[in-house]
Amino acid sequence: MSVATGELNETSPDKLLAPVLSAFWDEDRSWTLDVYRRHDGYEGLRKALTMSPDEVIAYVKDSGLRGRGGAGFPTGMKWQFIPQGDGKPHYLVVNADESEPGTCKDIPLLYANPHSLIEGMIIACYAIRSSHAFIYLRGEVVPVLRRLHSAVREAYAAGYLGENVLGSGIDLDITVHAGAGAYICGEETALLDSLEGRRGQPRLRPPFPAVAGLYACPTVVNNVESIASVPAIMHHGKEWFRSMGSEKSPGFTLYSLSGHVANPGQFEAPLGITLRQLLDMSGGMRPGHRLKFWTPGGSSTPMFTDEHLDVPLDYEGVGAAGSMLGTKALQCFDETTCVVRAVTRWTEFYAHESCGKCTPCREGTYWLVQLLRDIEAGKGEMADLDKLNDIADNINGKSFCALGDGAASPIFSSLKYFRDEYEEHIRGRGCPFDPAKSTVWADKHTEVNA
Amino acid sequence: MTSTPAQGTPSQGVGLGMPELPAPDYPADVRTRLEADAREIIARYPDSRSALLPMLHLVQSEEGHVTRTGMRFCAEMLDLTTAEVTAVATFYTMYRRRPSGDYQVGVCTNTLCAVMGGDAIFEDLQQHLGVGNNGTTADGKVTLEHIECNAACDFAPVVMVNWEFFDNMTPATARQLVDDLIEGRPVTPTRGAPLCTFKETARILAGFPDERPGAVEAGGSAGPASLLGLRLAKGQPLGARVVHPRDAAARDTDRPDAAPREAGPGDGPRTGPPSASHSSSHDAPSTTSASDPAHPAGPVGGPAGPAGSAEEEEGE
Repeated sequence: MSVATGELNETSPDKLLAPVLSAFWDEDRSWTLDVYRRHDGYEGLRKALTMSPDEVIAYVKDSGLRGRGGAGFPTGMKWQFIPQGDGKPHYLVVNADESEPGTCKDIPLLYANPHSLIEGMIIACYAIRSSHAFIYLRGEVVPVLRRLHSAVREAYAAGYLGENVLGSGIDLDITVHAGAGAYICGEETALLDSLEGRRGQPRLRPPFPAVAGLYACPTVVNNVESIASVPAIMHHGKEWFRSMGSEKSPGFTLYSLSGHVANPGQFEAPLGITLRQLLDMSGGMRPGHRLKFWTPGGSSTPMFTDEHLDVPLDYEGVGAAGSMLGTKALQCFDETTCVVRAVTRWTEFYAHESCGKCTPCREGTYWLVQLLRDIEAGKGEMADLDKLNDIADNINGKSFCALGDGAASPIFSSLKYFRDEYEEHIRGRGCPFDPAKSTVWADKHTEVNA
Repeated sequence: MTSTPAQGTPSQGVGLGMPELPAPDYPADVRTRLEADAREIIARYPDSRSALLPMLHLVQSEEGHVTRTGMRFCAEMLDLTTAEVTAVATFYTMYRRRPSGDYQVGVCTNTLCAVMGGDAIFEDLQQHLGVGNNGTTADGKVTLEHIECNAACDFAPVVMVNWEFFDNMTPATARQLVDDLIEGRPVTPTRGAPLCTFKETARILAGFPDERPGAVEAGGSAGPASLLGLRLAKGQPLGARVVHPRDAAARDTDRPDAAPREAGPGDGPRTGPPSASHSSSHDAPSTTSASDPAHPAGPVGGPAGPAGSAEEEEGE
């Protein structure tokens, strides 16, 4: 390789990155059981089966693994909440409804390495005493569905699923369930309603899913990446896991870099890496441009600017800087991008995806869109900016579920950092940006009109 | 049980006359076949109602969209009312409620893809195909829509065809793609299996695995962007370009049959570069009721041709 010796220090990619789930995605047929087993696949399960279910829960809890789907709730604690000896069936439901704008980690993970999820599910089901688990995959990703079908079939054939898993006396079935297009189903209680064959609308909590989830039975709902991280923790040990990241945010995770960067892609690293480090190693922003704003964890997390390049991307670091780690979807936009356009589009998304159950979100997102479209088109008034803030404030924290809070985030944060740009649209009676300049082909001369 | 289409005439205006007659049943042989599939789906779940979403995919695989007949079938199999089934079918965007094309072409216009070029691609395809959002070409091949984030932002701008990934698209490659679909040339997604029709895709979504040889293998282990961090961690230089070629000429190299094209019947009017306007008016909510006479959801055996394209392309 061509890196000079001087660069081989603690800032070189091999020191900063930690591919675990992605460690063999570059191998031929990485999604198959054979390749997975060559990389210690199902060894974590074997170790888990030597422990008692409660010991497994305690072990995952001690590892410090936190949910990778956005909220960051400790995974082991979720498992611990399941009442035991209650005589009811228990369920594990994996949330593979990855739809948060900017988020693109679970889909490549399931495409290249579905067995890590299945092994994690078997361990989780053993721990919470569940004999039926579900993967709720968003429907719009058929290539991933194919590989999940294939992986589940392989796991049954190898004795990891079905009756008497690996001779343990435990029975387990996994059902792969394809959704039908609804962002709201990523919200765990809406997901459960959808899995029960209903409109995907969130439920009032309490009761929480751990008490009354799927079919009103105790249910754990975990994100794909959270569950897929469990086998490595079991196999390599909780100390190994805790050797990465920080005290409160231990371990490795997938960061998804996208937008106006030279090289968008997936980067698996210990928690706490910074955007500056990721950009430095991957080639930075596209040539001749500079970072203007970015999201640390999808559109529902308040946006950052170039002031935040050194914020440690872990739960505490991002929280302290005024946003949320979310799904670690690092969407980067350069100076050619109109913030008002970006926020308008996100807000249209939230309005489209609002399930309609609660008034603040259903009505609020609608009116935000009306105001934003006017502002973007140069038909806004200065008073509209306060009105935007006011409506967002009436959605945030007052809605049934987090979709409403997510809808308010881009409004608040963009007004905080880019209020002058909104005012420019109003004063100048239009958008000062040329959208052609922000396209990927804007700086290339190869684009042809066939 | 009858196999003839409903004879009722569409209700007019807001008259308070006869309510719509119940949907006709499937022909007996179709019904028998679908019942076997439905029983297999129902058996996957502890509670039969959980089978509803996959069963709506199933009936969509039969007729290309969710018809009143399909909803009646789901209701009967699951002991629900048709109202309960309709409520679910109209909630989810993947269920089509009128006849549509063999290929559902979705252009991501959520913020990131839109900014990176999705808006231009969507605009360009509308002009090229002469249809609006949710419109179907006259030959019934392609239905165009804009879609929300499809979890492939590191491959932006993204186009989905029958929910297979077409990564790093440009207006030129997108135009080539729909032309290939219309003219029946084989089309291979960037990641995923060779395209099948919308109906065949719907069957996979209902939970019946794709049995085509090589379908699971197609597309390799991971896309180039997915491997970026891994390559860096292994000390491999990234080189100048780690994404799929974005320009049409490079794309053509992996399609041996592609020759320089002449204008053909599929060529719509081309009016220069994509409009610089970035209005977001194509996101108006669609109507939701299957009983809306302007948007019939059935009956079976109704006009199978392409649906009118303009009616649902509603401005703000």
